[in-house]
Amino acid sequence: GDIAFRFINYVRSVRERQLQRKLRHHQNLSWQEIAESYQEDKSKSLGDSQVVVCDINKEMLKVGKQKAQHLGYSEGLSWVLGNAEELPFDDDKFDVYTIAFGIRNVTRIDLALQEAYRVLKPGGRFLCLEFSQVSNSLLSRLYDLYSFQVIPVLGEVIAGDWKSYQYLVESIRRFPPQEEFKAMIEDAGFFKVDYQNLNSGIVAIHSGFKL
Amino acid sequence: GTARLSRAEPRAGDGRSGEEEEEVEEGCYQLYPGHIPTSPLQKALLAAGSAVMALYDPYRHDMVAVLGETTGCLALPNLRDKMKHHPEGYHILQERPRIRLSTLDMDRLRGLPDGTLGREYVRFLEDNKVSPDTRMPPKFVDDEELAYVIQRYREVHDLMHTLLGMPTNMLGEVVVKWFEAVQTGLPMCVLGAAFGPVRLSARKLQVLATELVPWAIRSGRNASCILNVYYEQRWEQPVESLREEIGIFPPP
Repeated sequence: GDIAFRFINYVRSVRERQLQRKLRHHQNLSWQEIAESYQEDKSKSLGDSQVVVCDINKEMLKVGKQKAQHLGYSEGLSWVLGNAEELPFDDDKFDVYTIAFGIRNVTRIDLALQEAYRVLKPGGRFLCLEFSQVSNSLLSRLYDLYSFQVIPVLGEVIAGDWKSYQYLVESIRRFPPQEEFKAMIEDAGFFKVDYQNLNSGIVAIHSGFKL
Repeated sequence: GTARLSRAEPRAGDGRSGEEEEEVEEGCYQLYPGHIPTSPLQKALLAAGSAVMALYDPYRHDMVAVLGETTGCLALPNLRDKMKHHPEGYHILQERPRIRLSTLDMDRLRGLPDGTLGREYVRFLEDNKVSPDTRMPPKFVDDEELAYVIQRYREVHDLMHTLLGMPTNMLGEVVVKWFEAVQTGLPMCVLGAAFGPVRLSARKLQVLATELVPWAIRSGRNASCILNVYYEQRWEQPVESLREEIGIFPPP
């Protein structure tokens, strides 16, 4: 959901800038023409851009929809209930596929990657933001200490739920390290696969292209 | 060193969900159902966190429970020994009775004459709209017998209300906490007794300080260990007689 909002903001701002540039070149438009061009763009501020938000959990989708409404996003957004391992979309449909802190929770990551490949158009880009492995040994020790000693306690004190947060930190450790995940993405058919570490590898962004 | 609770190596391309792994892990360290093993650091953090949370939001009864479990490392063995060295207490430790709606015959208790423990206990539950089933099972006590002791203490709490004649409002709870603090020495009771009154009005504080707390302390010191009474075998006993037997002075 959040990525969808940022995408929409970006598209709007790009189009806004395009419109401004266009107007600057037409200095002698009449007032009526200027007003018309503004009105036209207001109703199609996204042009043909669309975002589809997909999640396996209905409640998550509901929360996303509420947030979108609250923040004023209405057009160009659709919400679909679906399983990353078996997406309810046709082949070659999307320019970009993003998944943030989601692929860790998929049972068969390889299937999710294959599906991502399938629904992307040729030239489309796969982007994945996920917890990864910390290479720096000192930071890694501190991070482990925090993860295992503090996070479940916070879960218990704030949410009354130790177990979910224990599971969270364990599932983060179980996720493949950067190079291994890169290999998995390549196995699904993606090219030019690369990754970028954030915060020394606590989180990584992996990217790949369907050619 | 840091106590890791599970093998945390990432499994290459492993398709299995985390749930299976977690259950196996728990089975290795779990001393009783619901037990969550914790390191000393985690216990310290839990104790601090639960204390703050319990004060911030008094409706978080789970936080009071967690505070009791994480700070009871001295008081609980003490209580267990008191039980062991008393015939009725020893009996309770052997048989491990539980006070739950499924084990209580509510109709029979309701049918007992007024003034008996059973009748008054049921009256207390109904008047205050509470149930014995809402007591949290222990999670962070690292000894299975001590886990039962704290469970017993929790389940007997409502009977304390009945014997002391205190309702479940903030004032009544604080009075019972003072009594329990003297009786059990549990730091959670001491903290609850000390900080509970913070949320009371001045008038109530006065009643508390001049009458109720002194009475609770005197009764607590005079009474024998409340965990050494097999309440389930004494439903027919009149409350007054039980009070006298234990050593609780009549409420003001």
